[in-house]
Amino acid sequence: MTETTTDLTTLPPGPAIKGKLSRDDIVMRGGMIVIALYLVVTLALPLYVMLSKSFSTYRFELSQYEMQVSDQDGVFDGTVLNPADLNAAVGAFDSADLSTGSDGRLPVSKLFPDFNFRSPVMYQIRNAQPGGRFLVGSTLHDEDTWLELDSNSFRRVQLRPMKFTGLDNFSNYFSTPALFNSIKNSLFIAVISTVITATLAFWFAYALNRSCMRFKGAFRLIAMAPILVPSLLPGIALVYLFGNQGMLKELLFGASIYGPIGIIIGSVFFTFPHAFLIISTALAISDARLYEAAVSLRASPWRTFWTVTIPSARYGLISAGFVVFNLVITDFGLPKVIGGQFNMLAVDIYKQVIGQQNFEMGAVVSVVLIVPAIFAFALDRYVQSKQVATLSSRSVPFQPSPDAKMDRIFLIYSSLVGVFIIGILAVCQFAALIKFWPYDLSLSLNNYQFDRMDGGGWASYYNSIKLGLLTAVIGTSVIFFGAYLVEKSNGFRVGRSLFQMIAMLPMAIPGMVLGLAYIFFFNNPANPLNWIYGTMAILVISAVTHFYTVSHLTAVTALKQMDREFESVSSSLKQPTLKLFSRVTVPVCLPAVLDISIYLFVNAMTTVSAVVFLYSPKTSLASIAVLNMDDAGDIAPAAAMGMMIFYTNAAARILHLIASKGILRRTQAWRAR
Amino acid sequence: MKLKVSTLTSLLAGAFFASSLAAETELTVYTAVEAEDLARYAETFNKTNPDIKINWVRDSTGIITAKLLAERDNPQADVVWGLAATSLLLLKAEGMLEAYAPAGVEKLDAKFVDGDNPPAWVGMDAWVAAVCYNTVEAEKAGLTPPTSWQDLTDPMYAGHLIMPNPNSSGTGFLDVSSWLQIFGEEGGWEFMDGLHNNIARYTHSGSKPCKLAAAGEIPIGISFAFRGAKSKAAGAPLDIIVPSEGVGWDMEATAIVAGTANLEAAQKLVDFTVTLGANEMYNTGYAVVAYPGVAKPVEHFPAGLLEAMIDNDFEFAANNRASILKEWQSRYDGKSDPK
Repeated sequence: MTETTTDLTTLPPGPAIKGKLSRDDIVMRGGMIVIALYLVVTLALPLYVMLSKSFSTYRFELSQYEMQVSDQDGVFDGTVLNPADLNAAVGAFDSADLSTGSDGRLPVSKLFPDFNFRSPVMYQIRNAQPGGRFLVGSTLHDEDTWLELDSNSFRRVQLRPMKFTGLDNFSNYFSTPALFNSIKNSLFIAVISTVITATLAFWFAYALNRSCMRFKGAFRLIAMAPILVPSLLPGIALVYLFGNQGMLKELLFGASIYGPIGIIIGSVFFTFPHAFLIISTALAISDARLYEAAVSLRASPWRTFWTVTIPSARYGLISAGFVVFNLVITDFGLPKVIGGQFNMLAVDIYKQVIGQQNFEMGAVVSVVLIVPAIFAFALDRYVQSKQVATLSSRSVPFQPSPDAKMDRIFLIYSSLVGVFIIGILAVCQFAALIKFWPYDLSLSLNNYQFDRMDGGGWASYYNSIKLGLLTAVIGTSVIFFGAYLVEKSNGFRVGRSLFQMIAMLPMAIPGMVLGLAYIFFFNNPANPLNWIYGTMAILVISAVTHFYTVSHLTAVTALKQMDREFESVSSSLKQPTLKLFSRVTVPVCLPAVLDISIYLFVNAMTTVSAVVFLYSPKTSLASIAVLNMDDAGDIAPAAAMGMMIFYTNAAARILHLIASKGILRRTQAWRAR
Repeated sequence: MKLKVSTLTSLLAGAFFASSLAAETELTVYTAVEAEDLARYAETFNKTNPDIKINWVRDSTGIITAKLLAERDNPQADVVWGLAATSLLLLKAEGMLEAYAPAGVEKLDAKFVDGDNPPAWVGMDAWVAAVCYNTVEAEKAGLTPPTSWQDLTDPMYAGHLIMPNPNSSGTGFLDVSSWLQIFGEEGGWEFMDGLHNNIARYTHSGSKPCKLAAAGEIPIGISFAFRGAKSKAAGAPLDIIVPSEGVGWDMEATAIVAGTANLEAAQKLVDFTVTLGANEMYNTGYAVVAYPGVAKPVEHFPAGLLEAMIDNDFEFAANNRASILKEWQSRYDGKSDPK
């Protein structure tokens, strides 16, 4: 025995056997490369361009200029002064003053302490080096000849900055309290909202999975409703509820809804379904034997809860926490609508870019925002990788037993949550139908005349549906096919794991950041893809990329359920893989395909952050119209449009349900025995 | 018969020339004018200039400005028709505008024409700051109507005031730059310190304060007059107050982009924009236009607004924009503590 093993280990290694690539393999690898290339062009490159933009800075380069000053009679003695030396002597500007944005101007007369615009002294100025620029009033001078000016004109001379690369933007950012305070604010809101949402969702999921209360189906439906509306809609409802003219204003005891309170309540609303789904999945699976053991050990229900229930649901709880944290910290619509003076990172990006056209600073805030988002994402992936199966083949599924008192408490609790969710939506619908809150409470459909408001009118609603459909169709095809190639192709390990990694990345990139990166990347006239800027195509691309990860994971999960033997059988029957894909894989995975497409449709309809920088007047969207109408003060029409999105998404969901039932009956008959 | 043939040929020839002329020049025109007005503007222009076709590129003021600046080295636009003068000054400072004195420019109010000769841009119409005052809510809160900017710093108005954030709203910036011009640098900031104590919050857009006042969400909104008149017409219990110190304003203006390949057509367009007819056309959307005596009174528009418009120094506003905004942000945005 021992001899043979020694023999085996001492055998010389044979030649590495390299399989010959079949035409099929080449097609599959080619497809994978194409989709990976798509992700690189729509994700990696734009992010790289944005990062480099955050390092592009503007400084006044004083040594670029030369000046001469005359005596009181206007006679020059020929002495050439360098502004840099003057500044060193006078100390008019410190280093922070000289660092500026692309639109910076520096009044040069401050270099002369005894400057007086009425004095007869004459001045001369020139650009000593090519590339220097200065203004007299608002007229640009970039030539290198001397320009003679009287004192009154010299007062109007402004230097223009030069472009450099450096960390100035970041040091500017961290020396401006108004900006970096937002980090603290964003973290604060995200943590509080996460704790509240996770707690509320946990007990709601607990009631639905572990009690025998009634109306579970209805509660499940209600809990999912917030996913169908843009995140800023609860903000609008809160204005009507708790604003200065609010219906329930007294409940706040004088506190203002515009600020952290409003953001947190709204965040809880729009993140609730996400947390509920994850926790509910975790609570749905449990081993009844553990509970039987607890009972036989005479553990109190409280103790059982902490030692059995919580530990078995902890991964779900942690995951829900990270998801909520990420949603809240990257959300932009809600704090914009109800945030008041409470600055948050995502709103800062918008203010810098749209308000001030300070794209460099927008890029800096984006980089700052990516850090917590990526951190939360990475931590979540790490925790998930630690998860081990708690459910073995010997487990007995837990069945809740009726408990009149507990069931009633859970029913009351769930009803309260349900009232909160339905209440928010009902308030929006109510607001949309009121003629002129609070002075004219008669009902009217005036607020549905979107064409008379900012925001693009009804056209934006139809654009949104178009975007939703295109995103669903194109996105599902690309993502599912990509997942198939990664999951089922042979060899090419490095490429496949690289692809998996890139596919996970979109989840960690906030929509606003992606949008801003797209401006830098696609709006560059030198980019051959420049033509897609301002079209529907860039909106579809940004939506598909932004929602890539979840769809990809859904597809991979479905594909993993299919044995690889299908591929072996098909190749031994000499059938091309693509035929197998269309004849077998897609039909079998149809439930997942439908799920992906409805997910993409609903999210494309509701997203604001991924498209706010990218829409053009021709491609304005319903979700953006909600934002812009609210921004212009047309709050009731904004609520009306928000509810249109809700009804559309609800209808899409119902259609999806009917369609999947019908299709499943025809294609999934094999699943039944 | 002969007659018929000749009419036919002349008709054909006419049609031929018309079509060849109509296709002669196309102008790419960047604008921030409301989309619903654009077709009307182009139609009116084509009545006198049927041979020039306008291709509009429209977006909000900020975006169009950013777009023009981004295309600095390779301009795509021939003409900018209907963009804030402060934005055009930014373009002028980049050397992007072609100076041109349109025929009849001397008939315009001098306030509306660039100071250089020939002017780099000419104005069309103005939007003017004003205070929207909700009489119903103010009475509930026991307020008396202010008559001046200085009145608004009275502690009585604490928490009852909303204005646009100058960092994101052009209207907000024209307010701030007008205060700095009215009260002087030091007095202006002192005034804003007082005002800040009374401000409930700053909004992103310039029209929102007035709409919030109209909806009773806040008693007093600092906004622009035209918005107030519209809300009042819609039935809101508003008074539109013109503060006694004077009010800031900005205008929509027109300019030719330097380096355009269609200079002649561009000049024809700019000639048109200063005519009486064009100004009458602007008047349907704006109460104050560049051509004196054209503006018909707009319903609910406050009296005395034209006289109250300050002698706005656009150069000051453009050249100090970055530093003013920085100062504003460090004074008021950083202090924004949660309530």
